[in-house]
Amino acid sequence: MSGEKRGWQDLEIGCVVTEPGSAASYKTGDWRSERPVRDNTKCIKCGICYIYCPDAAINEDEEGYFEADLYYCKGCGVCAHECPRGVITMVEEEEEEGEK
Amino acid sequence: MRKGKIVGLEGSFAVAEAVRMAKVDVISAFPITPQTHIVERLAEMVADGELDAEFICVESEHTAMSACVGASAAGARVFTCTAGPGLEYMYNMMTIPSSMRLPVVMVIANRALSAPLSVWCDHSDMMTIRDVGWIQMIAENNQEAFDLTVCAYRIAEDKEVLFPAIVHIDGFYLSHVIEGVVLPDEEEVAHFIPDYEHPFVLDPEKPVSMGCYGPPFIYPEAKKAQEFDFEKTKPKIKEIWKEFGETFGRYYAPVEKYKMEGASIALLTMGSIGETAMLAVDEMREEGRDAGLLRLRLWRPFPFKEFRDAVKDLELLVVLDRAISFGMGGPVCSEVKSALYDKRKELSIVGFIGGLGGRDIPIDGFKEMVNLALERVKMVERGEEMEPEMIGVREWGR
Repeated sequence: MSGEKRGWQDLEIGCVVTEPGSAASYKTGDWRSERPVRDNTKCIKCGICYIYCPDAAINEDEEGYFEADLYYCKGCGVCAHECPRGVITMVEEEEEEGEK
Repeated sequence: MRKGKIVGLEGSFAVAEAVRMAKVDVISAFPITPQTHIVERLAEMVADGELDAEFICVESEHTAMSACVGASAAGARVFTCTAGPGLEYMYNMMTIPSSMRLPVVMVIANRALSAPLSVWCDHSDMMTIRDVGWIQMIAENNQEAFDLTVCAYRIAEDKEVLFPAIVHIDGFYLSHVIEGVVLPDEEEVAHFIPDYEHPFVLDPEKPVSMGCYGPPFIYPEAKKAQEFDFEKTKPKIKEIWKEFGETFGRYYAPVEKYKMEGASIALLTMGSIGETAMLAVDEMREEGRDAGLLRLRLWRPFPFKEFRDAVKDLELLVVLDRAISFGMGGPVCSEVKSALYDKRKELSIVGFIGGLGGRDIPIDGFKEMVNLALERVKMVERGEEMEPEMIGVREWGR
């Protein structure tokens, strides 16, 4: 996020944010401890995962399949729970090399 | 030099006059004893067309402050007021204007906190908001209630300040007592508090977000910036008080001194009780005791340097707290002690708690405090522990 490198002297008075819509840059995907992994061979493109996602983090692709946007997906697992065909499995995130 | 006419006004009406002359845009407040007359008078002024402001009736103090935050964020000049338990209910919102740097101005008619239920004056309410980041000053009489309210707008809205400000007036002692108040010319007040422009206001043409979510990566930086700027307000406050004095003939200082020339003993008070303490000092001086009085006018930011300068020649400082921090003693006393710790000054400080819930402290009460304090100093020299002491409390009904 753009504010991450700012020192206290760089902040606007009252910590006002002057960039509209800046909430979109907040990487809620950082919260995730499990990621949704899909087996699209079982997918019937019903869109239930898309409807149930509480963060609107699932998008439909050109072929009509659905994929979570991992920048925002918090890994709540609602999609995996609701999928009628068992397409989605929640897989534990592992710390990547160099990550704190 | 005196400019203006003397009018008999209770403290509440003096505050309302200052707010009227400040030409506020929005008032939102919930009536509570002993602040009620301020709200009533302002509502009357708005209803009668004496003041062209929006009066937002609300169901609570929490909402009153919320409405002030919103109005101030839109660039309006706003006013609210409360007392005691009302302030406790408002507490939730108190850190918002100070963190968002909105120059809300507020008057608190100081009142004790329950239980037992007390509508009378002490400073317990004031002490609950020590740390919320508002500029806080304390009036001693109705003239000061008027003057400091006028100054509060000028200070809060200064572009180098932009912090909310509180004027404390003792409930009943000031809010309900009629005194002669010099009311200056309205135009002169308007000139002293010009229109102001906040660098960021809510404006669809230039959108900003205020009071955003602050994760750990930004929160400490936000607080550092707030504290840095808050510390910087003190010279500005002094400068504005000086200008007020040059314009209206009444001068204010962060620490006010009374008969401090050659004093080795001083009392320290806040608020209306300072006037009784002055009489006690007069009597003690006549009796040959070299006593003086210090009155804290500026409570936040705490005037560390001014306080140290004021006590530099003293041997004994007797602090009266009109509030109690249970298990710790008087909050003002502990603050003045901490103000001196870094300097390791050889000064005896003895604190007393008194005047709680509207209990009067007579002139003799202050003289008794000085006598007791001198005994306490000897106790400490003997190595005995000094516990916080309450003054003017009945023992066993005798």
